[in-house]
Amino acid sequence: MIYFDNSATTQPEEQILDSFVEANRRFFANPASLHKAGKEAEKLLERSRQQILSILGVPEGELIFTSGGTEANNLAVIGFAHALRHRGNHLITTVVEHPSILQAFAYLEGQGFEVDYLSVDREGVISISELETKLRKDTILVSIMHVNNEIGTVQPIEKCAKIIHSNSRAVLHSDTVQSFGKLPVSLQGDSPDIITISGHKIHGLKGTGLLAMKKGLRPQPILLGGGQEGGLRSGTASAPNAVALAKAIRLTESGNDGKRFRDWRKRLIAFCGQFENVTVLAPEQGAPHIISLSFHSIKGEVAVNFFQENGIIISTSSACSSKSKQASHVIEAIQLPEKWKSGVIRISFGKNNKEEEITQLEQTLVRFIELLKRGQE
Amino acid sequence: MHWTEVLIRYGEISLKGRNRKKFVDRLRANMKQAFRDLTTVKIKAERDRMFLTSDNETELQQAMEKLPSIFGIHSFSPIAKCEADLEAIKEKAIQIIGDDETEGKTFKVEIKRTDKSFPLVTGELQQAIGAHVLTHFPGLIVQMKKPEILLHVEIREEGAFLTSKVFKGAGGMPVGSNGHSLLMLSGGIDSPVAGYLMMKRGVSLDAIHFASPPFTSDQAQEKVLDLAERLSSFGAAVRVHVIPFTEIQQTIAAQVPNNVSMTTTRRLMLRIADLVRTEENALAIVTGESLGQVASQTLESLTAINEVTSTPILRPLISTDKLDIIKIAEEIGTYDISIRPYEDCCTIFSPSNPKTKPKLEKVVYYEGFTDFEPMIQEAVRNRVTYETPRSATDKFDDLL
Repeated sequence: MIYFDNSATTQPEEQILDSFVEANRRFFANPASLHKAGKEAEKLLERSRQQILSILGVPEGELIFTSGGTEANNLAVIGFAHALRHRGNHLITTVVEHPSILQAFAYLEGQGFEVDYLSVDREGVISISELETKLRKDTILVSIMHVNNEIGTVQPIEKCAKIIHSNSRAVLHSDTVQSFGKLPVSLQGDSPDIITISGHKIHGLKGTGLLAMKKGLRPQPILLGGGQEGGLRSGTASAPNAVALAKAIRLTESGNDGKRFRDWRKRLIAFCGQFENVTVLAPEQGAPHIISLSFHSIKGEVAVNFFQENGIIISTSSACSSKSKQASHVIEAIQLPEKWKSGVIRISFGKNNKEEEITQLEQTLVRFIELLKRGQE
Repeated sequence: MHWTEVLIRYGEISLKGRNRKKFVDRLRANMKQAFRDLTTVKIKAERDRMFLTSDNETELQQAMEKLPSIFGIHSFSPIAKCEADLEAIKEKAIQIIGDDETEGKTFKVEIKRTDKSFPLVTGELQQAIGAHVLTHFPGLIVQMKKPEILLHVEIREEGAFLTSKVFKGAGGMPVGSNGHSLLMLSGGIDSPVAGYLMMKRGVSLDAIHFASPPFTSDQAQEKVLDLAERLSSFGAAVRVHVIPFTEIQQTIAAQVPNNVSMTTTRRLMLRIADLVRTEENALAIVTGESLGQVASQTLESLTAINEVTSTPILRPLISTDKLDIIKIAEEIGTYDISIRPYEDCCTIFSPSNPKTKPKLEKVVYYEGFTDFEPMIQEAVRNRVTYETPRSATDKFDDLL
């Protein structure tokens, strides 16, 4: 089976699984316990935290381990909106964010916050000038994703950071779940102030994730209880989860798949260009590992099934929205013409993919298109 | 970063006479120890100042971050080097001043012209560079006396050397330049602060700690090692001698009446410490005692305890208020370690009503029924010595 759904999840790497199992064996104690085993687990947890903060370039920064990207995104949006409410009531995000961001903002609107949504162009890119005009004195939080999970658009996050930091007192959160490990992500210089990372998107484990932020920033907690993670995220801390995440992040940093992915993406864009009933949603500012296509007047689901029959796993626009019958909010936002709306599929590369698999993907694509032609004639 | 070297100014050492070289050598050795991971950083010591150089900017920056905790340094300045050419100097000046907020700040250029062949004289140079800087940063205000930003330019044959920053050092004397002492390290808030203050005066330390397993835990010992490790970051390694104390404590509890047992315990600790001190070639014993803080720290108690030895007992905190001690502990990063909640041997058998004014004759009388000497010898012999800073290899490395 050839796996091209790495934006939905990645295969856990063996050495990360080994670390996780070994850490569960040796350091299973509760890090909040006073006894020796508890202290050891706490030390391991802190070492993991330190390793990650160092890789992100902010050894003094703050890091909250979470159950994954969704919790981290919720905590970033809801936690910082509440923590900064004394400064203002205005929030900004984009129309193409992941549901874990959009629904958190919708919740805040219900709480009396005012939210502005940045629109995107046909390639899914926001406009810096729109951001600049929407920024206000009372803007406290801006959340802009780095790479879009459905069509791979890369937002100009450094420029956003510059504009926000020089024109307002707002903090910038960026959902870097899809970009971490594929594009440079750090918390240094013209960068977001807060980022979200998810372990299972970088060959780590599901149920691991984090919210990292520059020194001095603190959200209001959204989970209440025993006061773990400095009171910011209650719930028994897991040293083995932290280890698995720290290791995944370290291995991601040392890997370099960018060039390989970019070459494959270029190759597939060129390849698809020769067929009339396929269009490529390939923003010029596109992440190297995601390429979305759409087939004329046919459901994406049909393509997914056909590819699966032929031993290749791909997905419709995103795993999260794949069960919905309507076009996703991202596809709506980029105003894809009606005839292309329903046929979107996403191919996403991971470090285990090989050159031959791209060739097989092309061959399967040709067969599918021929079938479509015959059906439509 | 534009810095190519760091100038280090000595603290009190520069006031010394004939012994100065010894102090400078010690400071240099301590710095070498602190920079042991920074292989590209070179230290060049001169009579009245020192220079750090490196081709690796990151390592030079890391070295600079370590300087504020090394005793014996009064202040330091990062220096940028460029060609001894007016245009190059002007450009460098803009770069290094541009790192900081300039709006509304007072400013002055200071020139030192060691290379007299340079075409412009001091006054001309000062004007040319000053004018150039002012056109770039119109927010600056020229002020000759005590300016907030002082741009110092030195013209030597090898090039021009510029600096605009002076950072404060830790002061004090290089650790090890004033002999070696044994610190009684309990795990509380006071004793690490006492150790720190002695190190600041140039005294290098071994530490002694009394453990009474199974009444005291491994974590209590771990805490003491962490404290010693923290102290060792101020310029010299600190070894910790852990004394097995259980048997002695149990004997005291059985033999000596409750209200003087505390005094006896302290006296025996001091006798043990004195033996370790001799074996480790230390000259004095340092404690964290502060007058009146607890029953063992009244003048009467101190006198009764001190009777067992004529070795100098240094008590740098004797007149310091508790709140001031806590403040220092927080500043030097020992407070958070000290407040970890583990029992130490002083608290496990502590009597509910210890005498604040113990009578020496009585204490000696009750102790007289037991021969503690063999137990003391054994405890000293069976001590376990730990090195701090502990080595970097660690049991988590394979997991991460």
